Amino acid sequence: MSAILKHREAALAAIILAMVAAIGAYAPAFISIPNIVRVLNDTSILAMLALAQMMVILTRGIDLSTASALALAGMISASLAQYHPDLPVIAYIGLAIAVGILLGLINGGLIAILGIPPIVVTLGTLAVYRGMIVVYGGGNQVNASEMGDTFQSFPKLTLFGFSTLFWIMLAVALAVWLFLTMTRTGRGLYAVGGNPVAARYCGISLPRLEILVYTIAGAISGLCGYLWVSRYGVAYSEIASGYELTVIAACVIGGVSIAGGVGTVAGTLLGALFLGVIVNALPVMQVTPFWQMAISGAVILAAVVVNARAEKRGVKLILPEARRAAGAAK
Amino acid sequence: MTLSNASPLPHGGGPVLSLEHISKSFPGVRALRDVSFVLNAGEVTALIGENGAGKSTIVKILTGIYTPDEGEVRVGGAPKRFASPRDSWASGIAAIHQETVMFDELSVAENIFMGHMPVTATGLVDWPLMRRRASELLKRIDADFGPDAKLKQLSVAQKHMVEITRALSHEAGVIIMDEPTAALSRNEIDDLFRIIAQLKAEGRAVVFISHKFDEIFRVADAFVCLRDGEKVGSGRIADVTEAKLVSLMVGRPIDQVFPKRDIAIGGTVLKVEGLSNATEFADISFELRRGEILGFYGLVGAGRSEAMQCLFGMTAPSKGRVMLNGEPLAISSPGDAIAAGISYVPEDRQDQGAVLELGIRENVTLASLAAHVKNLFLSRPSELQDVRKLGKRLDVRAANWEQRLGELSGGNQQKVVIAKWLAARPKVIILDEPTKGIDVGSKAAVHDFIGELAEEGLAVILVSSELPEIMGLADRVLVMQEGRVVEEFIRGSWSAEDIVAAATGVRKAA
Amino acid sequence: MTPPVRQAIADAAPPRVSDWLLRWETILVLLLFVVIAGNTIISSYFLDIYNLSDATYNFSEKAIVALAMALLIITREIDLSVAAIIALASLATGLASEAGAPLWVLLTIGPAIGIVCGAFNGFLVTGIGLPSIVVTIGTMSLYRGLAQVVLGDQVIKNYPKDYTAIGQSYLVSWPPLPYSFVIFLVLAVLFGIVLHKTAFGRKLYAIGNNPTAAKFSGIPVERIRFQLFVLTGLLPGLAATLLTARIGSTRPNIALGWELEIITMVILGGVSIAGGSGTIPGVVLAVFILGLITFGLSLINVPGIVISVILGCLLIASIAAPILLRRAMGRPKRQA
Repeated sequence: MSAILKHREAALAAIILAMVAAIGAYAPAFISIPNIVRVLNDTSILAMLALAQMMVILTRGIDLSTASALALAGMISASLAQYHPDLPVIAYIGLAIAVGILLGLINGGLIAILGIPPIVVTLGTLAVYRGMIVVYGGGNQVNASEMGDTFQSFPKLTLFGFSTLFWIMLAVALAVWLFLTMTRTGRGLYAVGGNPVAARYCGISLPRLEILVYTIAGAISGLCGYLWVSRYGVAYSEIASGYELTVIAACVIGGVSIAGGVGTVAGTLLGALFLGVIVNALPVMQVTPFWQMAISGAVILAAVVVNARAEKRGVKLILPEARRAAGAAK
Repeated sequence: MTLSNASPLPHGGGPVLSLEHISKSFPGVRALRDVSFVLNAGEVTALIGENGAGKSTIVKILTGIYTPDEGEVRVGGAPKRFASPRDSWASGIAAIHQETVMFDELSVAENIFMGHMPVTATGLVDWPLMRRRASELLKRIDADFGPDAKLKQLSVAQKHMVEITRALSHEAGVIIMDEPTAALSRNEIDDLFRIIAQLKAEGRAVVFISHKFDEIFRVADAFVCLRDGEKVGSGRIADVTEAKLVSLMVGRPIDQVFPKRDIAIGGTVLKVEGLSNATEFADISFELRRGEILGFYGLVGAGRSEAMQCLFGMTAPSKGRVMLNGEPLAISSPGDAIAAGISYVPEDRQDQGAVLELGIRENVTLASLAAHVKNLFLSRPSELQDVRKLGKRLDVRAANWEQRLGELSGGNQQKVVIAKWLAARPKVIILDEPTKGIDVGSKAAVHDFIGELAEEGLAVILVSSELPEIMGLADRVLVMQEGRVVEEFIRGSWSAEDIVAAATGVRKAA
Repeated sequence: MTPPVRQAIADAAPPRVSDWLLRWETILVLLLFVVIAGNTIISSYFLDIYNLSDATYNFSEKAIVALAMALLIITREIDLSVAAIIALASLATGLASEAGAPLWVLLTIGPAIGIVCGAFNGFLVTGIGLPSIVVTIGTMSLYRGLAQVVLGDQVIKNYPKDYTAIGQSYLVSWPPLPYSFVIFLVLAVLFGIVLHKTAFGRKLYAIGNNPTAAKFSGIPVERIRFQLFVLTGLLPGLAATLLTARIGSTRPNIALGWELEIITMVILGGVSIAGGSGTIPGVVLAVFILGLITFGLSLINVPGIVISVILGCLLIASIAAPILLRRAMGRPKRQA
């Protein structure tokens, strides 16, 4: 996979390595194997959500409801565990994903069929999905003691030192990478985002793809809902509140263009990792966690400024000498 | 999968596609009326006509963007209904568009195969096969780039080649080229013609749309001429002369179309010296006098609009001086230019001129709002006064002055846009392709009006790619080529051939 | 070749009842009546003048910000950082209060910080040319993050009495009108006049409908957008001053999530997220509808988060309804 790393991804990876090295110089414990494993485990949910968001943004859309869908799916899955603690874990995961798919379909349908702008639809469903947690659960929370062991132990299982969380993220990343690079539909996402008119000429249907990506995003939110709740051992209406912005931030840092059509799996994963490293480094650096939000804000701004610079302005090359100069530069 | 069995069309002479009594209307405009013609395999058919004659409507019907109101398209004798671009594509029709519309961020191979990528037995995209086939196809047209280049790294000519390759990838039997040479250099055009010859030899039918007669006579076998949405002539290119085609297109000989007014030309109003920017134009110098119409002619992409927009303050020049009535001007924004008395009617009406969602009144006063402010507030009566006066002068046809601009026909929209620029009470008015894409009636009104403006003492710059328009209206013509003014022609001592030759760079080469 | 004799073109279309009925504002007025009627039925406390006056506290500060946001969205931009600006401005007011600053400083420091934040947003969007949605997601984290850095998990309390009085007492005692509500009404009238009656307002519509054509028409598009970003910093700053005075404390999570409620007000008010359309009366009506729904439901003890479900559905339904209506009516029309 390293062969497909482009310029931007390589630069981002270098920055992360430099950052890790600098933190390690100050606090050597940070670059110990267990800590690195911990950072990767910690970042897995963010990475999956960011991959889902990237696919949405590729089509020139946005999904602000992702954290709310995560919370609702997590809550419903947890309450299944509360009343039926002895089901196989796949039942809890399956339910969470099914709920996520339904929520994603609602987003996709409103956007693709009614043609309502994605930002408006998902702004609405952001409030609705989170509110449904209270409507559904009556404002109660499900605590660790009520969830049962099967529900809770799954994300903590480890294989080669990494938790299932990490392995699931890896599987999702691989699946998304295969989908985006190796299927017609996946390439179609880049086409509709890059040039919707030309995509129509090529017979690619935007509404169909929109329904698909919002549904996939819902499914991943649902999966992450289960993982989040089982990992942190509590389900209530406020979990992951505001997390959609962190997810979008990971995409932006990873080089996904909000204008659509540009974004890679590797870049997005690195964007998530970047934020994950910062979050985990603050306590090590003995910086109060209150810095976290301000730093990620500053990083987002830096990332958009850098990305914008990479995109060239639309100057025409008409003069022969200008064309020659540009040709020589190439 | 071999290439040839994707071909649904018969090769080797004979009709491939026919249009039978096609009509198409839009609100307020009859775009096509009972148009029929046949495309033959192994032939290039030139589709000619002025802007707005209906050529692009035909292209859009053939490519499945529009469905005709009446009539049918037959492919290989069978009637076809194209509900979407995909249907048309599946019937073996491919179009290469004026402005290449493709995917800048994706590779050449993907651009060629988007919508029909080869897949393996598992349903995954077969990248090795796709690359291999792309390179084979690129080799067939002697392309100098590979399948892995990103489209955004290519030149316009190379992008055209990608589109042609795309058509070849599907073994399209009908290839439509809509002004394919507009942005190409001389050598690139030669390359294109070589490819067209090859397409012909392979038995494909090519539709060639161009405004340049030398190209039509060089490449086409047959022609179909449209005027005002109707077919006014068709036949073999070998049987006609250029003059005959021109008169078919415009319906009358050129000099009758534009009766030139006799206007006394006054003193110098605008003086431009050495206007340049880094990449688009260089050393533009000219003088413009009261009552004069100065034409700027050149091929599309010669840098005329860019130079005019710089003069208007949209972009900053790298060097050069502009004087208005002897005073040096410092223009850093369109607002400055308007305040100084320069108006610019932009080329792209939809994008740069009209605000379609606003009403006629709001559009007309948009560039001169300050004049209608009474005690801090906008005065509607004051606005209406200007709107009525200009609307009447320009013969705007509308239900009322509050009507949304988007509801008017293209010609009336253009009149409103011009009215906006006159409302700013300019001393110099720059008209950039003022009759592009509007109907004949509106066109005549606009032409008439340009003459009137000059008569009233305005200094007019007319940028146009339509030679009859330029030759009919202008007192002098500056010809631009590749960002520079290459020649000046004076009314009375010019010929169409000389002007075209200067614009295409023939003279320079010789 | 002489053109046929034409009838004179009217100044405006003859007024038609159906046009008037289909106006968004008309629909909002009807909706407002439904809400008032519904509230009156479900709670006998609703029509109490003091209750109604208290209800305005719930929305006035947000509504003030919504006015600026409406102008910004009309020009195709958006500012998601408004709630974070409120937090930062409230923090500044708190710090000033702790330093013992006089009343006039407490009243002006919030708006001043707001202007700085808005100018920074505006610079990034119009100066560097970045998309406003991404920029303001970033500054949203940055501004609130800065407030968090300074405050940690502390709370600033003990504001001087003369300052909190502004948020907790009435400007006019009968009818009981709180400061924030009066300020909102005054600003609404001002914004309405500017948007609908002045050259500046006309330019905003032109920018929102076609920024390129607006630029070609000599309108300084980027400068105006910058000014609007500054305004969309100033008003959250003012809102912070009022909010802080009302609740008498500053926490890092103050006004959390308000940006979404504010944008909901604007969109329900008929401002298109794609820019170019919308009116101040529409936004004011939407403010009242949302404010009274919230108030009515809280009277019968519906939890806030459930109210947000209803408001979210209302937002989507209000955008979907005209689209469905147009589809239902548009198709047959085209045949004619």
